[in-house]
Amino acid sequence: MAKMKVEEQRKQRTKMSGALMLIEALKAEKVEVIFGYPGGAVLPIYDKLYDSGLFHVLTRHEQGAIHAAEGYARISGKPGVVIATSGPGATNIVTGLTDAMMDSIPLVVFTGQVASNVIGSDAFQEADVLGITMPITKHSYQVRDIQELPRIIKEAFHIATTGRPGPVLIDIPKDMTTAEGEFDYEQDVHLPGYQPTVHPNHLQIRKLVEAVSQAKKPVILAGAGVLHANASKELRQYAEQQNIPVIHTLLGLGGFPANHPLFLGMAGMHGTYTANMALYECDLLINIGARFDDRVTGNLKYFAPNATVAHIDIDPAEIGKNVPTKIPIVSDAKEALKELIHQDGKRPDITAWLAQLAEWKTNYPLAYENDVQTVKPQKLIEMIYELTNGEAVVTTDVGQHQMWTAQYYKFNRPHRWVTSGGLGTMGFGLPAAIGAQLADKQATVVSIVGDAGFQMTLQELSVIQELNLPIKVVIVNNQSLGMVRQWQEIFYDKRYSHSLVPNQPDFVKLAEAYNIKAFRAKTEEEAKEVLKQAFSLSEPVLLDFHVKADENVYPMVAPGKGLHEMVGVKPCEESLQ
Amino acid sequence: MRRIITMTVNNRPGVLNRITGLFTKRHYNIESITVGHTEIEGISRMTFVVNVEDERIAEQITKQLNKQIDVLKVNDITDQAIVARELALIKVAVNSAVRQEIYTLIEPFRASVVDVSRDSLVVQVTGEPEKIEALIDLLKPYGIKEVARTGTTAFTRGSQKNAASYKTPFII
Repeated sequence: MAKMKVEEQRKQRTKMSGALMLIEALKAEKVEVIFGYPGGAVLPIYDKLYDSGLFHVLTRHEQGAIHAAEGYARISGKPGVVIATSGPGATNIVTGLTDAMMDSIPLVVFTGQVASNVIGSDAFQEADVLGITMPITKHSYQVRDIQELPRIIKEAFHIATTGRPGPVLIDIPKDMTTAEGEFDYEQDVHLPGYQPTVHPNHLQIRKLVEAVSQAKKPVILAGAGVLHANASKELRQYAEQQNIPVIHTLLGLGGFPANHPLFLGMAGMHGTYTANMALYECDLLINIGARFDDRVTGNLKYFAPNATVAHIDIDPAEIGKNVPTKIPIVSDAKEALKELIHQDGKRPDITAWLAQLAEWKTNYPLAYENDVQTVKPQKLIEMIYELTNGEAVVTTDVGQHQMWTAQYYKFNRPHRWVTSGGLGTMGFGLPAAIGAQLADKQATVVSIVGDAGFQMTLQELSVIQELNLPIKVVIVNNQSLGMVRQWQEIFYDKRYSHSLVPNQPDFVKLAEAYNIKAFRAKTEEEAKEVLKQAFSLSEPVLLDFHVKADENVYPMVAPGKGLHEMVGVKPCEESLQ
Repeated sequence: MRRIITMTVNNRPGVLNRITGLFTKRHYNIESITVGHTEIEGISRMTFVVNVEDERIAEQITKQLNKQIDVLKVNDITDQAIVARELALIKVAVNSAVRQEIYTLIEPFRASVVDVSRDSLVVQVTGEPEKIEALIDLLKPYGIKEVARTGTTAFTRGSQKNAASYKTPFII
């Protein structure tokens, strides 16, 4: 009887165009903001968007749109939504898709496609977007039948946000946006080939509890999986309960409070001495939601050589991929931690280990040589940290400024740190800040970028000005491609092949051209002054800090070396000798 | 080491592309692929033969394949009791003098001649890849004009003689 009724309702449902279905689906998904750029193939969608009431941000480049969506997703935890047109619109989002794939960011991306009847004919603005994006998306669709559109959108949102999050692409031929079909969004998702394991295996949890109780030198390596699972609270509870020190990956920062006594800092190429030595010396390594990236592990031959490795990850393929794992736990980080806390195993006796770690912490802290005549980039980050009480949302590009920010901005809260980790994308920081600010309108958003990366997406200043987003754009200006320059100095005999850019534009004038307030600083005193001024304003401000051009990021693990072979651990003392 | 991996997938456009793309991306070398419908509508079955360095990579392949949304089930059946078959068509150069000789040659292989012309004949053979290799070797001296092979398709046997040898990488 009830079934009959549903059938009848379905029959009565009015037909609508594919474009309108898309709008209705976005409303049903409670999408707050869409980042996009119109074009021929998506005109029917944009026509329906016009009076839909949905908030759309017109970025000035599709790359800006997708990085903004990533920034939005990283802060809100909700999927970022992007619309791009066919051909060049779609190929412009390739970088962002890869970035989101590498860092497990939930996105639902709609690309226009030429009409079905000309697909494959090399039509105007046609590109094989499905083929291009297959390896860089979690899943992708091309709509071939209008009746499939609602199901596809529903599945896309489900796939993007569950399990290990990631970008999902829907390629929509133009005729599918004008064709009419019945819109039925009240359907269940049925994907037998996609059933993420959320709850941990009890036996494996017991094994870990047992291993912890026996451990002499345990350590937790926590990655972004902790943040995706909203498991910061549980991580802290577990670490405190078992008294196990915690190390973060670059993307995990903020998952565990940086000022906590059990925190050892970031691991990897530019990690702290304590974190890296702890990874080298530990006898039990509990990886929670990190994927053992090569920038974290250094040479695998010397990575945690004496440790029993336990790995908690929602993606089974990550377990054992790079590092042989004794205790595999396929699970959502939160669920696994909850189970571990519930088990409340015997606390390991690790007094000697904690003493060793404390000694390293005291003797080998992050350090730099101070110089008030210039703006020291490390000092700059520290000043920003103090001015914002460590509460700001910080976005960066990739390179030296990114590493200094990771080292010197102490993230005590989750979801405050937005950086391109896996792909290392220049031009990411500025558009990501737009998305982050829209996700958290009350937050102080600081976009720390290099002078080189900034120029890859600086046209998005337009959006910041137009929406009057009070983002503080901080340019760490060393008139070079800093990290490239650093590598050329160390590994290529100071042959600075195309990494020095002494003739950068006047960034202050540039900002003014976009009607954005801007200041420049060349000494520490000036830096202090302009920072104070900038953060007192509730409007966008661009700050151009001329820092010492030959400053390097230390400590450092050279490629091919083990984590215990760091150099520049104490640059302060070294330079004094 | 050679691994035989079978899987069932949704029969959707682009699925094979997705799978082979994954192999390319991860630098796994495919020896052969066979694809065909299953007894269930809309679901296809694929058999892969891959050559990998060690068990860890074999496990990684299985896991990566499992991550594909359109992949329903993946099995590495290498260590199980299986039936593995391949079909080959071999065009051999012949003249009237050796034609009869070829017939007797292929008989123990239970191969058959499926086409005859004045100067060639086509032999059809099915069996394990090693058997096909052996037949090709045997026919080589006569002059092989063309070979078409399907690649291995495989199945687990109805009863597993030694079920304990069936290995899962770990409990999930």
